[in-house]
Amino acid sequence: MSTATMDGTSTRDRAARAPRRPARSGAGRIASHAVMAVMAVYFLLPFWWLLVAATKNNDGLFGSQPLWFGGDFSLFGNLSDLFSQSDGIYLKWLRNSALYSVVSGFGATAVAALAGYAFAKLRFPGRNALFATLLGLIMVPMTALVLPTYLLMSEIGLTDSVWAVILPSLLNPFGVYLLRVYAHDSVPDEMLEAARIDGAGELRVFLSVALPAMRPALVTVLLFTMVATWNNFFLPLVMLSNDDLFPLTVGLRTWYMSATIGNGGQALFSVIVAGSLVAIIPLIVAFLLLQRYWRGGLTLGSLK
Amino acid sequence: MRRRSGRQTVAGWLFVTPFTILLVAFLLLPMAYAAKLSLYRSTLVEGEVFAWLGNYRQAFGDPEFRRGVVRVVVFGLVQTPVMIGLSLVFALLIDAGTSRLARFFRLAAFVPYAVPVVIGTLMWGFLYSPRTGLFSSVSDLDLLSSGTVLYSLGNVVTWQWAGYNMIVLYAALQGLPREVYESARIDGAGPLQIAVRIKTPMISAAIVLVTIFTIIGTLQFFTEPLILQPLDPGTITNSYTPNVYAYHQAFSYQQYNYSAAISFLLGAVVFIGSYIFLFVTRRRSALR
Repeated sequence: MSTATMDGTSTRDRAARAPRRPARSGAGRIASHAVMAVMAVYFLLPFWWLLVAATKNNDGLFGSQPLWFGGDFSLFGNLSDLFSQSDGIYLKWLRNSALYSVVSGFGATAVAALAGYAFAKLRFPGRNALFATLLGLIMVPMTALVLPTYLLMSEIGLTDSVWAVILPSLLNPFGVYLLRVYAHDSVPDEMLEAARIDGAGELRVFLSVALPAMRPALVTVLLFTMVATWNNFFLPLVMLSNDDLFPLTVGLRTWYMSATIGNGGQALFSVIVAGSLVAIIPLIVAFLLLQRYWRGGLTLGSLK
Repeated sequence: MRRRSGRQTVAGWLFVTPFTILLVAFLLLPMAYAAKLSLYRSTLVEGEVFAWLGNYRQAFGDPEFRRGVVRVVVFGLVQTPVMIGLSLVFALLIDAGTSRLARFFRLAAFVPYAVPVVIGTLMWGFLYSPRTGLFSSVSDLDLLSSGTVLYSLGNVVTWQWAGYNMIVLYAALQGLPREVYESARIDGAGPLQIAVRIKTPMISAAIVLVTIFTIIGTLQFFTEPLILQPLDPGTITNSYTPNVYAYHQAFSYQQYNYSAAISFLLGAVVFIGSYIFLFVTRRRSALR
């Protein structure tokens, strides 16, 4: 009976739709391509603007078409201004950003790998309670923690140092969660047992058996924490007052503030534009080279 | 056997120790400390005095704080459906098409996510500005006036996050069994019907997830308004969003106790709200 009904509808459908279908799907394809083309322009527009604007001097920035080259070609002048501004402080900011993101990235990944592996593969009392605590706290919004962390750290005099930025960035509950899921599925218990029978200690089992098996997920967590620290703004903004310790994000914002308000700040808009371009080049390169891992991380995330 | 499990106990505790210390030091302690600070008030005469819920009462009666809260809620109510809707359309488009354009679009939409919010906002700030911008030559519309700046901020958020949400939804679409819509296609369903009636309901869990993350993000709205503040300080005030307000209470007015109360309140609302949302949607998807 159900077969008859199904046959009935589908034949009727086919009869009604077959002649119209090629035309509609052709029109649909054109429409979907048009949407994608227009939106690709939208997403890339600010990058194009930044590239063009970096070749202009300050007058060109205000006096020419925003989306096309104009005035003198000043890219190299802008770059030399950028690196000589305030005794080369931009280079310090660049170094700080690199330091914070490399140390926090590797540190957070190591911490998360140890904990994620232990939660997935080691049996110890208190494990389930601790993991439940982690899951319960995973939704605590990190930006709401910034001011409390600052208030606490100022109590013990730890603000305005590199540690004030690095230490809080080492905490990554979501990374622990991801690595636990990944270790659970991809580290074979038999291999752990075999290594133990061969006489390896638990640390050795972790380093030589578990870590290699977890490698793709480790790269993803590393990439995401490094980029998150490189891009972080609220935490260093609050923690640091010595501008020698600023990362790029906080430094560029102070230049932008003084240039916009115009109260004695010497930084020109052309310098800020060049600084923004230099700051995102490493990210774009990392993005293009490591695409696989970016998407891998988001796929892992969506499994939650 | 017994010795081995003892060994695992020691190793397990050692392995989770660094994480546990960080969890206590940078999550539990700051929360507890903010909760404590929020119950005190610092006065010139008496120093720190216990104020019970005085700071919270002040926050609920503070018109500036309330305006900020209403602003982020209204912003979230508009921003979330618009951006998630766009992300869903994009994800369905790249899932349906395998052309070179679809691959290029996937990359182009995702790049803004890799850029610091500070720099994304700076770029849009230049593009909005009547002196360096794109739009002043086209129309008289001021994108940084009191009536328009929230839309301009919304555009920055959409530009930065739509591609990220698109990729999450796209990953969910890629995980669906292809046979389901193969048979729908044989039954005569067009690509649009398949997208709306089959693919979208099947990835509802992923849609819920990106919606929660978007709501959490909009409630904590901070960097974008703070960066654009010097362009229009009259509109983007020091109390523009709750997070901006908490920041200025601490750093412009040294009101640490009041700032701690606002931070704690914001964190608690986001935390409890996201669990209620997760719970409600999980119940619904289980019943279905």
